[in-house]
Amino acid sequence: MTAATAHGAAAVEPAESPLTPESWGKLGMWIFLAGDAVGFGTLLAGYGAMRATSADWPNPYDVLGINLTALMTFLLICSSVTMVKALEWLSRGDKNRAKMFLLLTALGGAIFVSLQAYEWTHLIHRGLHINGNPWGASLFGTSFFLVTGFHGLHVTAGVIYLLATIGVVMRRPQPMDSYNFVEITGLYWHFVDLVWIMVFTFMYLL
Amino acid sequence: MAEHKHPNYMAIFYYLAILTAVELAVIFMPIQKFYIAVLLCVFAVWKATLVAMYFMHLKLETRTLGLIAVTPLVIATLLVFVLLPDGFAVAKKTSDEKKVAAPAAAKH
Repeated sequence: MTAATAHGAAAVEPAESPLTPESWGKLGMWIFLAGDAVGFGTLLAGYGAMRATSADWPNPYDVLGINLTALMTFLLICSSVTMVKALEWLSRGDKNRAKMFLLLTALGGAIFVSLQAYEWTHLIHRGLHINGNPWGASLFGTSFFLVTGFHGLHVTAGVIYLLATIGVVMRRPQPMDSYNFVEITGLYWHFVDLVWIMVFTFMYLL
Repeated sequence: MAEHKHPNYMAIFYYLAILTAVELAVIFMPIQKFYIAVLLCVFAVWKATLVAMYFMHLKLETRTLGLIAVTPLVIATLLVFVLLPDGFAVAKKTSDEKKVAAPAAAKH
């Protein structure tokens, strides 16, 4: 490989697939997300099965409350918007604005995780534990912490991923050099938002 | 470098915000719990579709990539049906136990 192609490979995602003409990376992310979605789907289907077969499942709405979680949902939707805005500014050639919006997205994610930590602390103090709670079926606490924890882990990973993406945008000279990278980061971030929409509906509202 | 087309992101954002507000309103509607559950599921899938189609650009991608994205949904839905018999069996056991317990409780 010559020095020129080596540099080209580092700056722009190499090679293309018929499915994602931009890069293999995008296809890779979609396949990862499909696998991850099966994981979340299994957790939620399992939650539904446990709840349907339980005689004393507490009403989630009464125990968990939805004021804070509705705010968290809105926050995550907002962070999805700042993510696409970053991509939009990148395609217009404004690296600084793109970086700012990526930082805002990471900030949104960080606030989300902080609010979740606050919510968990509050619920644990009120007696919701992973192996039991005062309101009924002990599996309620188990499934709640498992599913929201798994999602919170994804958000935490997403914040780290976003900060790394800002580093990539800063390092690559031209705005369009990192367009593909940022779009792939966006796929992951929107997926986390999408999963929360499902978790919020099935675990808090229903 | 080819020019990238972007959907109207802000319009999708308002759409999602309104759907979330409607979702919260649905909980307080004076209708049967079953219909509330159905409505909430519809809104959740609706919002998820919006995010996937416009924020994740699925609308601009090839069909096959869409199929990859939809596959987990199909698997998760099938899983619900796989788990259903199990659920019915336990529910029947619980209601049988209640039937046995009910006459005993009536004597008091």
